[in-house]
Amino acid sequence: MASNKKYWKSVEELNENSSIVETLRNNEFVEPIPVDQFLGDKESLSSSSTTRRDFLKYVGFSTAAASLAACEGPVVKSIPYVVQPEEIIPGVADYYATTMADGFDFANILIKTREGRPIKVENNNLEGAKTGANARVHASVLSLYDSLRLKQPKIAGKDATWADVNTKVKASLEDAKAKGGNVVVLTNTMASPSTDALIASLVAKYPTTKHVVYDAVSESNALDAFQAVYGVRALANYDFSKADVIVSVGADFLGDWQGGGFDAGYAQGRIPKNGMMSKHIQIESNMSLAGANADVRIPMTVAQQKQALADLYYAVVNGAQPKNAQIAKAAKQLTSAKSKGVVVTGLDDVNAQLVVLAINNALQSAAFNPSDAILTRKGDAKAVAQLVADMKAGKVHTLIMNGVNPAYTLANSKDFVAALKSVKLSVAFSMKEDETSSLTTIAAAAPHYLESWGDVTITRGNYSIMQPTIRPLFNTKQFQEALLTWTDNTVTYYDFLKSFSATSLAGKSWNQAVHDGFVASVASPLSAASADYASAASALAQAKSSNFDLVLYSKVGMGDGQQANNPWLQEFPDPITRVSWDNYVTMSKADAEANGFKNWNVANGGLNGSYATIKVGNATLENVPVIIQPGQAKGTLGLAFGYGKKLGLKEEMQVGVNAYALYANLNSNQSATITVADGEHEFACVQLQKTLMGRGDIIKETTLEVFNTQKAEVWNPVPMVSLDHKPTAATEVDLWDSFDRSTGHHFNLSIDLNACTGCGACVIACHAENNVPVVGKSEVRRSRDMHWLRIDRYYSSKETFAGDIELKESAAGLMNSIDTFSSMEDPSENPQIAFQPVMCQHCNHAPCETVCPVAATSHGREGQNHMAYNRCVGTRYCANNCPYKVRRFNWFLYNKNSEFDYHMNDDLGRMVINPDVNVRSRGVMEKCSMCIQMTQAVKLKAKREGRAVGKDEFQTACSAACSSGAMKFGDINDSESDVAKLVESDRMYHLLEHIGTKPNVMYHVKVRNDK
Amino acid sequence: MKKVGNHKSFSKIFFSVAFVLVTSLSVFSQDAAKGKELFNTNCAACHKLDAKATGPALRGVEAKYDKEWLYKWVKNSGELIKSGDAQAVKVFEENNKVPMTAFPQLSNEDIDNIIAYTSEPAPAAPAAVPGAAPVATDAAADSGVSNNVILGVLSLVMMMLVVMLFLVNNMLTKIASAKGLEVEQKDRSLMNVFRAYAKNQFLVLVSVIVLLLVSAYFAYGWMMQIGVDQGYEPVQPIHYSHRIHAGENGIDCKYCHSAARVSKHSNIPSLNVCMNCHKNISEVAETTATEEHSKAFYDGEIAKLYEAVGWDKSLQKYTGKTKPVKWVRIHNLPDHVYFNHSQHVTVAGVECQTCHGPVEEMEIMKQHAPLTMGWCINCHRETNVKVEDNAYYKKIHEELSKKYGVSQLTAAQMGGLECGKCHY
Repeated sequence: MASNKKYWKSVEELNENSSIVETLRNNEFVEPIPVDQFLGDKESLSSSSTTRRDFLKYVGFSTAAASLAACEGPVVKSIPYVVQPEEIIPGVADYYATTMADGFDFANILIKTREGRPIKVENNNLEGAKTGANARVHASVLSLYDSLRLKQPKIAGKDATWADVNTKVKASLEDAKAKGGNVVVLTNTMASPSTDALIASLVAKYPTTKHVVYDAVSESNALDAFQAVYGVRALANYDFSKADVIVSVGADFLGDWQGGGFDAGYAQGRIPKNGMMSKHIQIESNMSLAGANADVRIPMTVAQQKQALADLYYAVVNGAQPKNAQIAKAAKQLTSAKSKGVVVTGLDDVNAQLVVLAINNALQSAAFNPSDAILTRKGDAKAVAQLVADMKAGKVHTLIMNGVNPAYTLANSKDFVAALKSVKLSVAFSMKEDETSSLTTIAAAAPHYLESWGDVTITRGNYSIMQPTIRPLFNTKQFQEALLTWTDNTVTYYDFLKSFSATSLAGKSWNQAVHDGFVASVASPLSAASADYASAASALAQAKSSNFDLVLYSKVGMGDGQQANNPWLQEFPDPITRVSWDNYVTMSKADAEANGFKNWNVANGGLNGSYATIKVGNATLENVPVIIQPGQAKGTLGLAFGYGKKLGLKEEMQVGVNAYALYANLNSNQSATITVADGEHEFACVQLQKTLMGRGDIIKETTLEVFNTQKAEVWNPVPMVSLDHKPTAATEVDLWDSFDRSTGHHFNLSIDLNACTGCGACVIACHAENNVPVVGKSEVRRSRDMHWLRIDRYYSSKETFAGDIELKESAAGLMNSIDTFSSMEDPSENPQIAFQPVMCQHCNHAPCETVCPVAATSHGREGQNHMAYNRCVGTRYCANNCPYKVRRFNWFLYNKNSEFDYHMNDDLGRMVINPDVNVRSRGVMEKCSMCIQMTQAVKLKAKREGRAVGKDEFQTACSAACSSGAMKFGDINDSESDVAKLVESDRMYHLLEHIGTKPNVMYHVKVRNDK
Repeated sequence: MKKVGNHKSFSKIFFSVAFVLVTSLSVFSQDAAKGKELFNTNCAACHKLDAKATGPALRGVEAKYDKEWLYKWVKNSGELIKSGDAQAVKVFEENNKVPMTAFPQLSNEDIDNIIAYTSEPAPAAPAAVPGAAPVATDAAADSGVSNNVILGVLSLVMMMLVVMLFLVNNMLTKIASAKGLEVEQKDRSLMNVFRAYAKNQFLVLVSVIVLLLVSAYFAYGWMMQIGVDQGYEPVQPIHYSHRIHAGENGIDCKYCHSAARVSKHSNIPSLNVCMNCHKNISEVAETTATEEHSKAFYDGEIAKLYEAVGWDKSLQKYTGKTKPVKWVRIHNLPDHVYFNHSQHVTVAGVECQTCHGPVEEMEIMKQHAPLTMGWCINCHRETNVKVEDNAYYKKIHEELSKKYGVSQLTAAQMGGLECGKCHY
């Protein structure tokens, strides 16, 4: 029999009513934790407090589960087409010719598609194509994959069907017709004859309909002037390759002036040939791209520019002598150049535009081509003003908009928004739910141009075809399709376009036209009618300015702001200020000092600046960051359009201030007052060193006179180093054994500093080709930008770079040197500017290769410096040892990371990724590969076809994008190629030649025409 | 005939057996054989004997229609329909109004022969054919037995040797004790051996090093197989047999994987490529069936294809309802590797089997090669660049071979080992 003894474990047990004993008894055999119930029930989970042991259990379980799951390799599914389209072969790119036309940018381009996805924009190099795809055109392919696009039509903010939209619009149109209400079609410049025909048929059906064209960034005055003289609402075309003397008065013709696209012709004339090159005189307020490339730059206020233009007119037409010496010199050169001279102006003034037409006609300028007039701007400022007034007065029954966003781009947008309420039905065809389409009755989802059919007349001698390169991603409809439906036309827009275009194809078949992307023909000549030039000139001569002259402009990166949600463009540093992710008011140093504005660098190297409040008339713009811009004319301010947008943008992209608020009467020249505001602004500026400090070996520069009269050793000296205590040419000294590179290909990239305008198309093309990540403003501020290709911009500290060198060499003594050098850090009031694209120099004796502990970077026989990302462990020794600072480190994972919510963080945005190039991960160094995927592809194509590689068949993304011909790429072992000749050129030099890295990227001495 | 089977081996046997059967059974023997030939060349693209294809099944067609009418129909059906012949119009409409190709070149006699062939009774399940199989099994068994015998004899010899050694040892001990010699009896317990071993520091050191090296070797080996999926043979949504297609039917790899010639990818064929043949091949031949997979099984797999591509077998029409097939990808190169099929297939002329193994013998596709970098590099080191008739290589090969002093350059000497050639 068992013992009856009762064992007790503590004194407490003797106490019969002890709560402790009771608790212990109950807890002795705890029930198993009902994990499923517990974890499944969110409510109890959030209300309960998890004990430490439970927590460890969960952690343990999930770690074990995760690692178990990770043991198994992922199962990758491959889903082939059911019926494979004939033209698509997985892994092979297809190219389609199309035309970009978004109302601001127009270009004949090629689209590279992979497996049906457009992934890159290329220049259309067929003879006669209107190309010169700029940075925005190159970036536009990413805007196709904008995750914030309007995905279906909406009526009053609710998702709707197209049938509903059409019924509603038709009912409203009928109502307007019955009641005699006005219908207004408000579009941007579509330059599309077929659309014009469709609008005409709408007008025919509903006679109260009026078509108003509205350009966000208006050229209305230039159009008015041209129309007055030539009877066509268009803009004169210029071919700068035919000009020896170019005088630009406030026209940034290398930027967006009159639609842009002039840089290719300009660059042709800038490369010295037979001792000749064009002379470029720029008179302007803001420091523009054209001003940066000019031989002589004269900063002037708007009023002074007007007077200067009047003086030029009198000099050319009447032979009068201008008072200003510089203007007099320009006038003299212009008159002696005769038909080889040309004058252009960007002054937003009808008189100025008229006078320019008069001067060019008087000169009989060869570069001036009014017949092939530009048709990409049609906007009428007066008609737009009238429309807003009519809307206010309740005179507009139905408002149909396409491609415009007046609630954002109008200076009196408040009036417009208020007046919109009195419109019975408003429709906005838009890609975004933006400021306007979120207010209209109907937000009609419009497709991207890469999803659309269309025709575009870029100039009078051009008829371009826009063809879709992808099936519409969303439930969108083209404006033209809707017009057809509203006019009870049952054909599709494609069929309509095909039959409509038959008369414009100039003998080409439809298929051929679609294949080429355009039809070029000779424009019928336009004759000039007489206009009252004299009174226009005298009006200009009377110009006076009060306060500050505010000159509104569009940035190379942002344009009119349509693509503000494009991270490539946001991160694109402005060529002049090198600031990304911002707009700002630019002012001269003298004005800044006088009014108390400052720029300074903080401890981490970031650039900070004061804020300003700008007033134009009644409009006030607050918290405008200030950048002190060397070269800005005293008494002038510059401010860029396209920023400060709030709707249809990711939060990161909502940067800058809205300059349109000051764009009264759609005139870019305004009179403004500016005052200091509180606070300091943090810029994301990628270049803090502004000057060259007299280091003429980085950008070698000379004048045309020296270039023509002296030997190359004088203006392109080979640096000397000491060998055995004797000065020896750096190219002859070698630390390493040389490697025989005469066999096979040897790739070289040539960059002509004379032809490079700094436009930055190459930067975006590089982004697109090489899957370069976007890092965002705060990372750029920390100098962690990832651009494989940067375009360095240098200001001279004296008036010229030559002056800098002189100053540097004259500095003697320690104290004197320190003073001199610190003074050289400041750019001049009106400096010379030089651009220098810098990417990995692919040194044959690369300093990076020798220091990599894991041999992740190595040299190829063909001259490329390879980078094996999967081998890189991220020591960053290579970046430290690179004298050119071209290596970029992935500080973070920039794809599929919500911290970096740019295109690589959403499925749609990732569609733009080039499948032939690796997407790099965190902790890996990356850099320019000289587009090895492209050179490999060219080689493979030749091998497959069993032939040698053709002349200049090799390209890189940057050289292919360079429409000015500054960048040339090729095989120097192929004596036929361009680069083989360029490498022998007198002007050729290597960057930092004295350190003996033997780069495969060469530069050509910049020659300035100082005559 | 349209039951496609294993043409190469079995079909011959089958047809010879069938031929014997036919000759013995049929009075039209000569005609039927000729007719079969004609049927296969002219009719088989659209007609089957026992099933509807583009055209109706033809077995017993003689019974349905008048011979004279058949002559006219075969020679030019279009004309017959045009003439308003009621029967012709009916047939035309019954078959989705697909006009039949005219065969004016066929004589009445030819048509008689074809009819004779179509009038043969449907063959019973070919019992005779599998007879070949047991013979093969016997042969396999034979070689197995001989191996076993050799092994058995060898082990017997070894056993005898051990026994003899033991006996000799015993004998020697006995002799020693008989002669009065004392046989030393060492303490051979395990403990003592270990103690002696532990005392010898050198031995300990050496064995520790050896142990470490061996374990490092195995650890390295184990680590190196992470992510290497050699032999990966996943179950696919459709049991597609490369053995039948590439092996027995001898279809060229690049017929289906056509992109391999021009692209970096060797594409998984789109389903319309399958339908180029399978529009007419809706079932496999009896002889295609194996012990593992029956005819019904294979037919079921073809049915899966039809479902995916949306092909209605009975109506001979596409329904438009498609279900893309989610194949499990077998060869997964990491993202950081660039591999281009066309470089290897078209330029270098490498056989697919070099990397993919004997695909024509694989019932289900599996990964043959390890696809590791070492494997790639080894091949680049050993393989000569195919320069013949390729103008691209002419100059570079001349210069490089002079430089290296060889007549034939390997891919490695051409630059095929540079990092950037595959990693960018």
